[in-house]
Amino acid sequence: MPKGDWRFRIAHREALIGVALAAFNIIWWYGFAYTLGSKPPEEYTYILGFPAWFFWSCIAGLVVMISLVYLVVKFVLKDMPFDEERRDDL
Amino acid sequence: MNWQVLIPLLLLLAVIFMIGIWSNRKLNQSSSFISDYFLGSRELGGLVLAMTMAATYGSASSFLGGPGAAYTIGLGWVLLAMTQVATGYFILLVLGKKFAIVTRRFQSVTLIDFLKTRYQSSTVVIISALSIVIFLFSAMAAQWIGGAHLIQSITGLPYLGALFLFAVAVLVYVIIGGFRAVAVTDATQGIIMFVGTFILLIAVVIAGGGIPSIMNDLTTINPNLVTPFGHDGQLNAAYVTSFWILVGVGVVGLPQVAVRAMSYRDARSMHRALMIGTVVVGVIMLNMHLIGVFARPVLPGIEVADQVIPMIALETLPPWVAGIVLAAPLAAMMSTVDSLLLLVSSSVVKDVYINYFRPQASRSHVKKVSIGFTAFLGIIVFLLSINPPDLLIYLNLFAFGGLEAAFIWPIIFGLYWKYANKHGAIASMLVGIISYIAIYQYNQAYGDLLGVHTVTIPVVLSCIAFVGVSLLFKQKPYYFEEALS
Repeated sequence: MPKGDWRFRIAHREALIGVALAAFNIIWWYGFAYTLGSKPPEEYTYILGFPAWFFWSCIAGLVVMISLVYLVVKFVLKDMPFDEERRDDL
Repeated sequence: MNWQVLIPLLLLLAVIFMIGIWSNRKLNQSSSFISDYFLGSRELGGLVLAMTMAATYGSASSFLGGPGAAYTIGLGWVLLAMTQVATGYFILLVLGKKFAIVTRRFQSVTLIDFLKTRYQSSTVVIISALSIVIFLFSAMAAQWIGGAHLIQSITGLPYLGALFLFAVAVLVYVIIGGFRAVAVTDATQGIIMFVGTFILLIAVVIAGGGIPSIMNDLTTINPNLVTPFGHDGQLNAAYVTSFWILVGVGVVGLPQVAVRAMSYRDARSMHRALMIGTVVVGVIMLNMHLIGVFARPVLPGIEVADQVIPMIALETLPPWVAGIVLAAPLAAMMSTVDSLLLLVSSSVVKDVYINYFRPQASRSHVKKVSIGFTAFLGIIVFLLSINPPDLLIYLNLFAFGGLEAAFIWPIIFGLYWKYANKHGAIASMLVGIISYIAIYQYNQAYGDLLGVHTVTIPVVLSCIAFVGVSLLFKQKPYYFEEALS
């Protein structure tokens, strides 16, 4: 196999995207939960019946992550062969 | 005995048996028994891959214990559970295509195979096999006990009878079908869980008179239930955030999860699995734990946490629907157990016995030993679960965290850092396991060190040990391209 396999360059980039997604996920999750959620419960506002901190952090957070993963899968990830014998196909 | 609940449950078991037999027929046709039995010949498609990852990970703890904790602690526990959403995309992206390419070239069938080829060290193999056998064996036994308790509470059978039923069901299809049977049934079970939690959530919301009314009732019971800080205000941000390591990104270090990241057919399957996995894990975790919280005003006064889900299902659903929904936690336990069983068996048969004792073993010999040993393990676990020794329960408590502390850096650095070497890997595994046990003891006695979950500090320490020792005994950089040619 030649040095600097082209597939590894793509694989490394996609691994970093995974790390970036998780980092974004943590910031979103933490940010909404512990700012809006730190008020005393009497001052909470509610969205669709849920406390605002929970709605934004957990429910909207899940929707946002699913959308981001969709965008990454659709537009960023590259198809590639895993087996050597099919390496020249692409 | 409640037949209306039981019949859907028994139907599920019948479907599982059929899938096992179907997979077995495929097994006889394929050329490499080892790769097929332990890895399904690397031909999982996207749906099956996503479901088997979700199901393996979603064990009894998340399907019975998790909602039970949410019942007591409130929305703060749902927040904590949502750290698991990351497993849906993180594992497959981070281990990713490089792991898939490299393990194919190495012809690795197990995680230990990969570590053995990457580090060229039998010490690494022995430490890995030992930690997998010890930690996962006890994790498995705990699941069997949980499964037996669940069957007991649905059917009214005595514990021994329930345990026997559970054991026979699990063993038959693991033994005859191997990895593909397990993965395919995981997919069936994953779909049951996904649909089941939706039905149950809707039923509970209706029983509670709508979400605003449930929140109102919760605030009346205890306003802390709707805050992120738990019923007693003690659930602090650092502790909850450290679950990102234990059940979020750290899951990369679990051997039963890593092995799934080498089992898929092609890049397209992986892309599909990323999408399906994120949706399935996220939705199941959110629904399951919300059910726990919502059950509080609907059915107050449940004292045993594990009974929250069975009781709320029997309370709010027609019996036959309850039977299908309760198949979900049973399914979760079964799929966790059978993947663990296969993993422990592969560690011993493939990684130790064939590596070191019978490298030239014939196909039929390997087949006999693999199936025989898997059955033998199952019987041992059954016997131990009849009257579980304290040590077993104790070991199970830190099974997952211990494995993560041991394996995460040898996998990640082995894959992505060219200066990673066997000295670093050995140091990292030892530091991870030993510091995990030590800090676990400390936290039990004095409360959580630095306010974070036990797994956090060992993961940091084993990272430092890996990098430090690798650089101390620095070798020439490692390129997969050279090692593979």
